[in-house]
Amino acid sequence: MKRSRAPYWLALPGWLWLAIFLVVPIAAMASVSLTTGNLIDGFAQTLSVSNYSDAIAKYSTQLVRSLVYGGVATLLMLILGYPVAYWIAFKGGHRKSMFLFLLLLPFFVSFVLRTISWGFLLADDGILFGTLKGWGLLPEDFHVLATTVAVIGGLVYNFLPFMILPIYVALERVDPRVIEAAYDLYASRFDAFRRVVLPLSLPGVFAGVLMTFVPASADPVNAAVLGGTGNTMIGNIIQTEYLVNSNYPTASALSFTLMAVLLVGIFIYARALGTENVMEAAAR
Amino acid sequence: MRTRFGDRLLYLYTWLIILWLASPIAVMIMFGFNDKKSKSNTSWQGFTLKWYQQLFEIDGLTEALINSIVIAVASTILATVLGTLLGLAVGRYRFRGKGFTNFLIFAAISTPELVMGASLLSLFVSANAPRGHLTIIVAHTLFSLAFVVVTVRARVVVLDPSLEEAARDLGASTWDTFRLVTLPSIMPGVAAGAMLAFALSIDDYVVTSFVNGSTQTFPLWIIGSVKVGIPAQVNVMGTLIFALGALVAIANSVSARRRAR
Repeated sequence: MKRSRAPYWLALPGWLWLAIFLVVPIAAMASVSLTTGNLIDGFAQTLSVSNYSDAIAKYSTQLVRSLVYGGVATLLMLILGYPVAYWIAFKGGHRKSMFLFLLLLPFFVSFVLRTISWGFLLADDGILFGTLKGWGLLPEDFHVLATTVAVIGGLVYNFLPFMILPIYVALERVDPRVIEAAYDLYASRFDAFRRVVLPLSLPGVFAGVLMTFVPASADPVNAAVLGGTGNTMIGNIIQTEYLVNSNYPTASALSFTLMAVLLVGIFIYARALGTENVMEAAAR
Repeated sequence: MRTRFGDRLLYLYTWLIILWLASPIAVMIMFGFNDKKSKSNTSWQGFTLKWYQQLFEIDGLTEALINSIVIAVASTILATVLGTLLGLAVGRYRFRGKGFTNFLIFAAISTPELVMGASLLSLFVSANAPRGHLTIIVAHTLFSLAFVVVTVRARVVVLDPSLEEAARDLGASTWDTFRLVTLPSIMPGVAAGAMLAFALSIDDYVVTSFVNGSTQTFPLWIIGSVKVGIPAQVNVMGTLIFALGALVAIANSVSARRRAR
């Protein structure tokens, strides 16, 4: 094909948008994270790295908590979601698309509203626990809302379809003849799964973990709506520092730290799983 | 072949997960009909239709919903145009900077919303730009754009280039070829991208919370009223949006099936 200028013209507006509103802002945030000052006197560029050490020292609890909550939620999603993806991919038959549609049904309700409704369901006097308490099946002081369980449960509830879909896509592509071949070679059902199906589904697992762990660890909504004062996550801190305290240097340093931690996590995880899987997930 | 016991167990389990995912929606719909007396809306107190009759009578809520719709429409149009062009470029051509472009698209999708919102606010603060409708539209276009590129690209790579060659051989201009051949064949990808962009925009809370200034959107308004008690009208609006979205999706899949026949 002859070299033409067409692709540059086609890509130019999109490039500009991504450059001005994605690359420049991250650079701006890096710059702000090294300033000192306050909203009234203004911020001066002092290249002070102390913003980072101060912010991390002050909010290490929330940072670690976010990663733990995100990690536990992701693990639960993997355990809960894999069998669903497996069943739909191999046994769904002609009703596959119906099951996928049902799994995606919650997305027609706003994320925020879904989380609040989940909170309704868990409320102390709500239709679930209120009724059970009324029957005397639960002690009066039993509660789930404002606990760690509620927050992690909310994260799992909100992001589970993002785990199921990529695994389903990977499993759907597995050729059934490959599994038959394994049986023909005297593999047990478990062996066929462990040595044939599972490895072939790993790119899907990788994409699923990526699509759930990052947003779950950085999510401020579930902790704000479902958690109590002891469940604040780093997302809530960054929001408060930016929007309530207007403490831009600390907030920027925290955002950067979060991004760096997540990137390092993804990198280590990618190395453990093999880079081809990452490239394949990235190419999708 | 006899169904195995394990398969049946998995079948039941799949339904259980679907029911779990759907249960908060059932709660939302149900409490839109709740004749609640107090601010809190957690216990059932009888059936009423009054929230449907007084749907638009909450100060600020209606305005927030209108803002959300205006922002979603504007950012969807912008993201669809920019994303389709970019999707054509990376799906069709080999060019210098293609790898970097793909990386940028991947970065736009995988950057945590929180970081995206925070960095945009840093930019707007540094540039002294007033926050409002415009900054929200800019932000929503940014995160939707990459998803449009992905859906359009998927369609472009399977497009047969000989169709366009045939059109040009028959004397069609570049613009006519694009309008009459290329665009119709990538249309399903463009439409899917646009729908995704609209859904992402109307649903967004995290990014918007950073760049909204004093403008309220539907999700922001809801979060803002959590502490004082959410009016039942929110449930009603959620129910109507849900019904509309589900209907559009069903109609879409039915017409796709009919076309395939």
